[in-house]
Amino acid sequence: MITLRNICKHYPTRTGVHTVLHNVNLVVRPGEKLGILGRNGSGKSTLIRLIGGAEKPSSGSVNRGMRVSWPLALISGFGGSLSGRDSLRLVCRLYGVDHRDKLDFVLGFTELGRYFDEPVQSYSHGMMARLAFAVSMVIDFDCFLIDEVVAVGDSTFTERCNHELFGKRGHKAMVIVSHHEAFIREHCDHAAVLHQGRLHNFEDNEQAFRFYQDSLHSAPEPVQEALSA
Amino acid sequence: MTPLGRPLRIQMRVLHALMLREMLTRYGRHNLGFLWLFIEPMLFTLAVVALWTATGMHKGAGISVVAFGITGYSTIMLWRNMPGRAIGALALNASLLTHRPVQIIDVFTARIVLEAIGATVSFVVLSAAAWMLELMPGPEDVLAVLAGWLLLAWFSFAVSLWLGAASEVSSLVYKLWAPVSYIFIPLSGAMFLVEALPVAAQEVVLLLPVVHCVEMVRDGYFGSLFKAHYSVAYVMVFNTVLTLFALAQVRDLSRRGLQP
Repeated sequence: MITLRNICKHYPTRTGVHTVLHNVNLVVRPGEKLGILGRNGSGKSTLIRLIGGAEKPSSGSVNRGMRVSWPLALISGFGGSLSGRDSLRLVCRLYGVDHRDKLDFVLGFTELGRYFDEPVQSYSHGMMARLAFAVSMVIDFDCFLIDEVVAVGDSTFTERCNHELFGKRGHKAMVIVSHHEAFIREHCDHAAVLHQGRLHNFEDNEQAFRFYQDSLHSAPEPVQEALSA
Repeated sequence: MTPLGRPLRIQMRVLHALMLREMLTRYGRHNLGFLWLFIEPMLFTLAVVALWTATGMHKGAGISVVAFGITGYSTIMLWRNMPGRAIGALALNASLLTHRPVQIIDVFTARIVLEAIGATVSFVVLSAAAWMLELMPGPEDVLAVLAGWLLLAWFSFAVSLWLGAASEVSSLVYKLWAPVSYIFIPLSGAMFLVEALPVAAQEVVLLLPVVHCVEMVRDGYFGSLFKAHYSVAYVMVFNTVLTLFALAQVRDLSRRGLQP
């Protein structure tokens, strides 16, 4: 189980403190698919990075009772001079997995062929996305953090990603942040809405979607909220 | 979990992975590849020693210029290059920190240790080559050389961690390191023997732990030719305090997290 308690996150800016998240509470149970809707700039990515541990909250606590993935992304963040094979090896070394067991899967999924041994900086966007996604599937996590990663790309790629994630790993917990209501509807058990730094939880998903629709037509996200504290 | 509270096995695995990555991203597979790790500091030292030999600088009583130059300039490569790799390291490696096994201290350590290895191999290869070519004598006391070198590496490690963490807080560190470290080159003991200085100046330069370490290395090499001035206890106390301070800075940074 993942538990976030009273999470606040502020960033200092030149004109004062910018509060991105305000008293966020959240629970993810094993196998649960939690969708978090929010428009651009609502703090979705910050929230998912906090769950993953790449960022620390300004206050509040994050408890991870399961193996949580890094936020899945479509670019390989290991340096452009590494080859696809180097990137796979690096991730496997970091997580203590034998990369040789994963070669077949990664080569099959990415269809990189001889480019597997070329520097990542020579890859097209599509190749990079396939590599990044395949490498994320190599480690056996209990919970995947997904930053609308599979919602983009061409339809074959999306289909194969969906098959890997929601098909083969359908029993795993997932936290998906997105501004696409349809994507959350299709893949999530629960929906919550991140609006103006606060996370709104709902008993009923339809309420969440209605709230999200309303929030889209309300005042724009405040760019900066100066705190006197 | 604190950065030091993990099983050693996992931390070693992560460091191994990060060091291999660092070698690949820095040197790639072209030309001489990772050999540049120690060719770079070697070229520096060679150039300076050649210059000193040609101009007749630093000719001391019975001490070969080559021995003086190699022992001196190699130490500069150690204490100057290690912090240079740590400063700004996190900004370059932010994507690695999205992986939970990787802690801030690992990113620093991988880079610093790699740099230390480069400087060390450069020193060993140069002095061995010069010895074989009979340009300088072999070490009189290998253990003293080793002890001096390790104490200097320890000092540089602590400085690197401290400045690496500080550079994340203020970009001034990045800007000031080049000039400040440059000023310390003539003060570091690489270009003088402490005994050649007036007593008042000796007291001042011996406040710097680096000077003690350089004297130790030279004592091990050609200690019979001059009177070395150093205190192992002073360097160890200095290093311990500095290391604890630096670790506290890194721990603070880990708790706060990075600003994107």
